[in-house]
Amino acid sequence: MKVPFSWLKQYVDIDVTAQELEDKLFDCGFEVEERIDLGADIHKVVVGVVTDCVPQEGTHLHICKVDCGDYGHDIQISTGAPNVYAGMHTAAALDGSTLPGGIKIKAKPLMGVESNGMLCSGEELGLNEDLYPGAEVYGLLDLPKDTVPGTPIQQVVGLDDSIFDISITANRADCQSVLGIAREVAAALGKPLTMPATDYTVSDYVDEKLSITVEAPDLCPRYLGHYVRNITPGTSPRWMRRQLALCGLRSISNVVDITNYVMLEIGQPMHAFDMDTLESHQIIVRRAAEGEGITTLDGKEFTLTPDNLVICDGHKPVALAGIMGGLNSEIKDTTTQLLFESAKFARDNIRKTARSLGQNTDASSHYEKGISEYTTELGMARALHLIQELGCGEVTATHFDCSAGASREGKRFTAKISRINAILGIEVPQNEVLSILRRLAFEVELMEDGDTMQVVAPRWREDIEIGEPDLAEEVIREYGYDHIKPTFLKAAQVTTGGLAAEQQRTARLKKAMCAQGFYEAMTLAFYADADLDMLHIAPDAPERKVIRLLNPLSSHLTIMRPLLAPSLLNSAVGNLRNGNAAGRLFELSNIYLPRQLPVTELPEERPHLGFVAFGPDEDFFTLKGALEGVGEAFGITFEVERAADVPWLHPGQSAYLVCDGERVGVFGRLANDVTAELKLPKDSRTNLNILLGEVDYAALMRHACCKLCYRPLSPFATVERDLALVVDEGMTCGAIVDAIRHACPQVHKVELFDVYRGEKLGAGKKSMAFRLYFQPADKALEPADIDRFVKKILGNLKYKLGIEIRE
Amino acid sequence: MEEKIKELRAALEADMAGVQNKDQLSAFWQKYLSKNGSVAGLTKNLRDVPKEDRPAVGKTINEFKTWAEGQYKALSEQVEQAALAARNEAETVDITLPAKRHHCGGLHPITLVKNEIIDVFAGMGFEIYEGPEIEDDDHNFTRLNVPKNHPARDMQDTFYVAEDIVLRTQTSGGQIRVMDREKPPIKVLVPGRVFRSDSDATHSPMFHQMEGLVVDKNITLCDLQGMLDKFVQALFGPEVKTRLRPSYFPFTEPSVEVDVSCFACGGKGCSLCKGTGWIEVLGAGVVHQNVLKNCGIDPQEYSGFAFGIGIERIAMLKYGINNIGLMFENDLRFLEQFKD
Repeated sequence: MKVPFSWLKQYVDIDVTAQELEDKLFDCGFEVEERIDLGADIHKVVVGVVTDCVPQEGTHLHICKVDCGDYGHDIQISTGAPNVYAGMHTAAALDGSTLPGGIKIKAKPLMGVESNGMLCSGEELGLNEDLYPGAEVYGLLDLPKDTVPGTPIQQVVGLDDSIFDISITANRADCQSVLGIAREVAAALGKPLTMPATDYTVSDYVDEKLSITVEAPDLCPRYLGHYVRNITPGTSPRWMRRQLALCGLRSISNVVDITNYVMLEIGQPMHAFDMDTLESHQIIVRRAAEGEGITTLDGKEFTLTPDNLVICDGHKPVALAGIMGGLNSEIKDTTTQLLFESAKFARDNIRKTARSLGQNTDASSHYEKGISEYTTELGMARALHLIQELGCGEVTATHFDCSAGASREGKRFTAKISRINAILGIEVPQNEVLSILRRLAFEVELMEDGDTMQVVAPRWREDIEIGEPDLAEEVIREYGYDHIKPTFLKAAQVTTGGLAAEQQRTARLKKAMCAQGFYEAMTLAFYADADLDMLHIAPDAPERKVIRLLNPLSSHLTIMRPLLAPSLLNSAVGNLRNGNAAGRLFELSNIYLPRQLPVTELPEERPHLGFVAFGPDEDFFTLKGALEGVGEAFGITFEVERAADVPWLHPGQSAYLVCDGERVGVFGRLANDVTAELKLPKDSRTNLNILLGEVDYAALMRHACCKLCYRPLSPFATVERDLALVVDEGMTCGAIVDAIRHACPQVHKVELFDVYRGEKLGAGKKSMAFRLYFQPADKALEPADIDRFVKKILGNLKYKLGIEIRE
Repeated sequence: MEEKIKELRAALEADMAGVQNKDQLSAFWQKYLSKNGSVAGLTKNLRDVPKEDRPAVGKTINEFKTWAEGQYKALSEQVEQAALAARNEAETVDITLPAKRHHCGGLHPITLVKNEIIDVFAGMGFEIYEGPEIEDDDHNFTRLNVPKNHPARDMQDTFYVAEDIVLRTQTSGGQIRVMDREKPPIKVLVPGRVFRSDSDATHSPMFHQMEGLVVDKNITLCDLQGMLDKFVQALFGPEVKTRLRPSYFPFTEPSVEVDVSCFACGGKGCSLCKGTGWIEVLGAGVVHQNVLKNCGIDPQEYSGFAFGIGIERIAMLKYGINNIGLMFENDLRFLEQFKD
């Protein structure tokens, strides 16, 4: 919120610099986001009196002698401005001066005549008509004759000012105004606050016919109306126009300016209806009828619902309550009588209406933050005072006050100083506590025990809740947070802490994935249906039962993900596009499964482990190896089972991970048709291998055996024996290994070490060479034992798989 | 005999010079030192020496033999040395060729920072609790003292999945879930992902927070600052300090914004701290009495403080990352920089 320094000074005698005030405000909870020092970019521009003014023949120039006080009484400056005259007081930019926008002025000849600077127009100084009357005339700035030569121009035209742009926390709705900030400034500086004048006298005139009814007191707890007639339209006084301009508002007319001025000064949005436009002499505050329409001041048309509050005359809406007036009741140059409105509207209703209609205004923003009824009363009184001060209307005796009956007093409660200090952990002296609270306009009475206080909170402080914590905050922000002395839980009990076993296991899994060359990725928890389409997931697949965001940020982020795989594939594609040709990524993160749709209760959040590997050296087996390596860290061994029915995986190069008969996940090469559709640059498609997988983390961990336990080392040597088997092409390694193990429990390990195909073997045949490791349990193995085992194994291979040993 | 020995010594010395490899060495041994070699032959000739001279000649022969064997031994060592040197020479590699290695991956910087924060607080006796990411209105707002029409609801742009079910906007809801389960003394950290409808260079619609909560008897604002001092010193270095300034959160009262003295310039003012000497790192405050009451904890008996840390913010400050979007792009050139 923008607050001019000069405006604050009207209410508080501020004797500190702008910087010091900024620091004070910061300390008590009001951060100045930006301070604009108005004349800061003007240097060496002073009041100059034109003592002599001679036209230069053959040119449009005048050669002037200018008295600039201490800077020189007889400075020659040429000017092309037509309105220059001898005796004029104007702005002289001297040799070496700077104007707004960084323009530098140097002494240099102008059309062959020496000129030691430049005489300035108002616009050249960054002024406009509202900031300084006469600033927009064509030619030089014509200053009053009482200005003293040599005075820095900022002081004369009101540019020796600063504007504080202050961020206000959501609880301090009372500070959405110059007066609100002035109250804080007065408290922080320990100075009295001079309230703006709100006195006015009413005429004898009463309009008997006019009536105001609030039909929706839940949405409008307070509505004040006051009838003003005999309006004399005109421009506002200079001081008012200047202050509006400093806050970024343009002057329109005296009456409209008053409503804007009161909103800035008091924080109360005001509205004025042209009485001549109100039908039936009535104001009714009610919910809009379904489909009822209104055109607001800015010409926008809206169709309303009963969720929207409207101000109506006897027949039609004339304002969208708390947001904007209607075009039909607008104040015009011809307006002779008006009705002022100062109201409190329910903040959440205004917020909802402003959002749903997309119509956010200064007024709605004030109402959304909250207006106290105190402000509503003050705003009306101030507006009526200004009508009289400006002499632009007759304040009649017709006044309406519709109230839902809220108390007109501040919250009253008792609080203990000792409890305030217990919250803070320091001893703020009693007199400091009392002084601070009183400075903040709390009524405080200390009881006989010297500890208990009877407190009445200011009416405008709707944020204050009964009890000590709020007072503790008020006290410490004024007393200073630098009084807090850090202690380390001196009264607290000792507790044990750290990660629970389950949390430690998650951390270990991540480390194990890293050890296999995977980098941890973090992807957004939501994506779009298109990401499921990318993986060719069928429209009726269970994964399509997703939780949808009711208010997505974009069409790319609409559903809570039921699978990690699309996110990881997107990350891999992003890397390939960025020229990273190979890599491995994993993510351990939740997927979201609705218990029913639409969502009526919290869904299941199931942690999944997703992973992707891409690059020329990756294939099904590098990923399988990586997974075995991770499994090893948790004592998990798994089997693979061909997964031909996963739409996003290659039917011939993918597998379910099976632990003790339970499918816990799936992995493999990305399906060819999915790969073909990826948006990838051509050159990254050579040797493109993308392997993708996803595992149910909890299911996997059910098979983990994290207990480490020593098994005695065998004293007997392991014996190796190689077998070469000629088999049909379709025979799998897994079937042979199973048959070998099944036949002979003494086989400790089986390794396939060679596969050979050749003419000698015949078409459709391959030779597979296995190395068998026999681990004796209780005695050394003799060659005869091994022969016996091998015979058994070969028998089993022949019996089960019809395999003969290679000759 | 003396003559013969002399001739043999000369022949032997001459041959020695020609021995370069193992084969030649072996031939040399055959010629001189084997059973049928020239040196052994000398002993056979001893028969022809007069008997009385034999001891002396025998001694001379033996001395010669010992000498010859010594020569052979030296020669053989020399050959072996040369062979080893030749082999080493042949096997010499260019040690600047690229290494053969197994590449490990790495954790995400957010995980690194999260782990670091957890380590600090775990040492102070904090447990770790993780609540649901999709949360009901009650836990995310209402019981945190943010009723339906509260101004603070505007502070956060909330994603809804049903009228009363939201993507949690803050980990603060974990406070409620913890206090429902446990009674004081409570010291807990609630890390997790949170969601807000906001996206630009400093905002991501999903980001990470870490909520901290302490509830016990006689907990004060001084304890909050003392603990946060320890925390920021562990993260940013022993010389940094904290500064509290007033702020507003609905679930704490008083509420504070916590700044750390700039660890880049030591508080003198630089581009990181925008010339102020201080960097905003987290929000905190004394737990609001309504929040304690909402969880069945008597605010007259117990008090506490809570703090909320934005993990991305800490990671960005700590590692000098200037765009939050990088955190979720998963570009390997980015991730590879955070091996730990």
